[in-house]
Parts: sequence; C-alpha cells; structure tokens
Amino acid sequence: MIRFDNVAKRYPNGHEGLAGVDLHLAPGEMAFLTGHSGAGKSTLLKLIGLLERASRGQVWVNGRNLNKLKSRDIPYHRREVGMIFQDYRLLHDRTVFDNIALPLVVAGMGHAETKRRVRAALDKVGLLKKEKVYPITLSGGEQQRVGIARALVSKPPVLLADEPTGNLDPELSREIMELFVQFNQVGVTLLVATHDVDLVNRLGKRMIQLRQGRVSGDQTRDQR
Amino acid sequence: MTRRNRQPGFKRNRNPVTWLLRHAQMSLSSLGRLTRSPISTLMTAAVIGIALALPSGLHLLVDNVRELSSSWDGTASVSLFLNEAVSDEQAATVREQIGLRSDVAETRLIPRAQALEEFRHLSGFGEAVELLDHNPLPAVVVVRPGDGIQGAEAVGRLAQQLQDYREIDLAQVDLQWVERLGAITRTIERGVLVLAALLAGAVLLIVGNTIRLEIQNRHSEIEIVKLVGGTDAFIRRPFLYEGIWYGLLGAAIGMALVLGSLYLLDGPVRRLAGLYESGFELSLVDPASLLGVVLGGPMLGLVGAWLAVGRHLARIQPE
Repeated sequence: MIRFDNVAKRYPNGHEGLAGVDLHLAPGEMAFLTGHSGAGKSTLLKLIGLLERASRGQVWVNGRNLNKLKSRDIPYHRREVGMIFQDYRLLHDRTVFDNIALPLVVAGMGHAETKRRVRAALDKVGLLKKEKVYPITLSGGEQQRVGIARALVSKPPVLLADEPTGNLDPELSREIMELFVQFNQVGVTLLVATHDVDLVNRLGKRMIQLRQGRVSGDQTRDQR
Repeated sequence: MTRRNRQPGFKRNRNPVTWLLRHAQMSLSSLGRLTRSPISTLMTAAVIGIALALPSGLHLLVDNVRELSSSWDGTASVSLFLNEAVSDEQAATVREQIGLRSDVAETRLIPRAQALEEFRHLSGFGEAVELLDHNPLPAVVVVRPGDGIQGAEAVGRLAQQLQDYREIDLAQVDLQWVERLGAITRTIERGVLVLAALLAGAVLLIVGNTIRLEIQNRHSEIEIVKLVGGTDAFIRRPFLYEGIWYGLLGAAIGMALVLGSLYLLDGPVRRLAGLYESGFELSLVDPASLLGVVLGGPMLGLVGAWLAVGRHLARIQPE
C-alpha cells in the first residue's frame, strides 16, 4: 500500500529531511513511526500526502508512483489519504458537521449521502451529539476526534496521523490510539507518527524508528 | 487511449448535472458570504458603481447632445444674400424661382428694409445705423432644404448650387455651429471612451484587491481544503463568484446613479428646452448601453477576481 524506495528529501534551505529510506507497508497494516523530533517523521508523512515531493527515490501509494503524479492529480490523491494533525486543523467558523463534511463537499458528494456518512463518522468517534456545535467549544480530545472523523469520512484506504496525541493527556491519548486500532481492524492502512514509545509498546503494533532521516529500527510485535 | 503514466487513474466527477448544481450552490453561498458583511460589500460595490456610472452617464449625455444637434441639423437653413443691386421685386422673383426647385421645401424673403428694421431691433446698434445715409444690408432669401436634403454635406452642396444664381452674392449655410457642436461631441465621445477604459481598469484593481484580501483572510481555510483534496478549480470558484457578484452589485448601483442623475436633470432640461421653444427631452438609457453595464460589470468583476486568484492561490500550500 505504501512503499519507499531509497527516498531522500532535501529542503531548499539545505536541511535534509530524509536521507534514504526504504519502507513497505502492506494493505491493512498498521505501523507507528517513532523518533526524536527532526528525525524525519513529519517529512515521511508529507511525502505520502504529497505535501512535499521526494528529492530522490520513489514513493508508491495505493499502486501509484507519486513521482509521476502531475500537480493537477494531487487533490485526487489526497482524497485517498486521510490526514490527521497534532493541531487538528479545524475550521473554527464552521460547525463540527460542516468540518467533517468538507472532504465530501470537495469531492462533490450529494447532500443526503453526505449527511449519512458524516453521521456514521461522528458515531465512530463518539461525537454524535456534537454535530451542531463549533469546534472551539470542544475539549482538545474532542477536537482531535473531529479531525479524525474528517479524515475517515471519505473512507480513504490510507490514514496518516502526525503526532495526533501530542497535545493530549495520557488517558485521551490512549483512547485516540485505540480508535486507530479499531479502524485498522476494518482494513484501513494506518501510519501514525508519535514520540510516545510507551503507548506504542503497549499496543503491540509494528514500530518503525527513524534517526537522522534513516530507518534505524523496524520491529513487528513478534520481534519484541 | 494511451496513458502516459501506466498506473491506475483517478475517478473524476464529470456529471454535468452535479457540476451545474455545485456551481449554483457555490454562487449562492458566495452571495451569502457577501451579505454577512453588508457594509463593506456595499462600499466596494458603490466604488465599482461610481466607476461604471461615470462613463455610462457621460455616454448618455453625449448621446443626448448628438440627438439634439441632429434635430437642429435637420432644420438647417441656407441664407442667400442677394446682390445689393437687386431690387425688392427682382428679389421676389428670385425667391419664387428658387422655391420651385425640388430640393427646396420653403423659402422666405427678408427685404432690405425689413432686414434693417430687424438689425436695428436685435443688434443694439440701432443708433449707429441711423447715422448711415443708405441701407447697407442686402435682401436675404432664407431657404429650408427639402426633406431629401439631410446632413451638413447635402445642405452644403445645395448652397453651392444656389451660389451660381447671378443675383446671389453669398449662400451661407447656417450650420457651422451645429458642425462645431458635432465636432465637440465627437471629441468628448472619444474622451468618454478613454475614461471608460481607465475606469474599467480601476474596477479590475478594486475587485482584484478585495478578492486578494479575502484570500488572505481565508488562508487557513484554503489550506485545509487543499489538504482534504479540493481541486484548484473548487478553491477558485467561490472567489470568482464573489467577483461576479461585486460586479453585478456595482452595475446595479451604477445604473441607479445614472437614472437618479437623469431624474435630477430632467426638470432643468425641460425648462431650458422650453425657453428655446424646443420639445427636447432627455432620452433614457438605450437598451444596448444598459446591457453593456449589466454584462460589463460582472465581466470586469470576474476578470478582476481571476487575476487576484491566479496570483495568490498558488502561493498557499498546506504544510
């Protein structure tokens, strides 16, 4: 589902985000991406979502070589990759419902189907009663759930999360991560960047460690 | 069909009905967004309105002046100044002869004595005339050209033909000032065109700047829409519709300004026309220029928005 072949990313300012990464995630697999800040976690996720393009090497997502995607194809690619951020990135002048509906509106989905899907997504993250409120009135954990509902509402085959629990306390973090595990059980491929190694260890999923732009460790549950 | 990159393509929505529906929704939501800040919307629209009203109002004025001069142009007459040696009886014969011509509708003789009398009354030089020992004024035959003789040129040709009569010293077309007015009108008309072009440019800048600010205000929204897979066209659309609405509102305000000024001018113009014993009335806006403003406003709005969007949207990329 996701494959990196010797991928490097050098930013225009000379900073090297990735120095040569080989990686493979099978369809339906879930993995955590760990490492210190600056190790290249965010860069790796950005390359998958085409927020950045690789300087060297090949990135494959969902059977497509991203190097060959034209700029005008990027929006269609992003519809297949749900993204979740540490700072939630919600629109504060729109209700929870409208925030979650955004990917469907953008894709031109009809009103009735949009409503049904948004409700389903809200149900999955346990915010069914909050659809009419504005995000600012919600707690951090609830806001992140809105962000998650938005990422999964269009049923993308791939979900990426960049430090999704970075602003949350341990209890909420655990809930969010368990949510991810649930999604993975229905076949979504997940790649979650986090520095919370303890939490990851408890969940017992594959863990890919990055150090200075390279993969320094890659263990599945059985190897630990 | 050859695919350049041999990999699975993306599904794209190409259903024209959904497409139209989305456009309709988008245009309405853009209008809704504008009505949520009515004062700033109205101010922008008013500036556009004034910029549109100025050239169209001037155009209307020029149109009216031209109509006025053409109605005078139709009644242009030729004054035939007869030789001083021609007696009043001979003058009457000349008048009759000319009156028989097919290209002459009406003739009127002003004998020398009457001419002197009129001069004494109207010129204010009555006393000076008293001092002269003989009447210095020639007899005049005033000719109104037939209906077939229209326009300054045709009247000029008629005057030239009449000049050939032995008794006639000078055939003068009383049209010069009408011609001059025509020339002035044409000059102003050209000026209006230049002004219209300048103000159209101003409208582009106004709309462009307004949309640019709007794009800045919605920076984070644009970023997020790009993140969830909004195409450039999708992101561009609300701004373009906003430009169109600004143009349309501006056009409406412009029309209102022009019609309002016409209404204010109507009374004085009637009085003025009454003083000149003319039935002249200000004509209202002709449908062509009305259509021009109603279509031109939104067009300028769209182009202005497009320029702003083209320059600024590409710069916003999610991080």
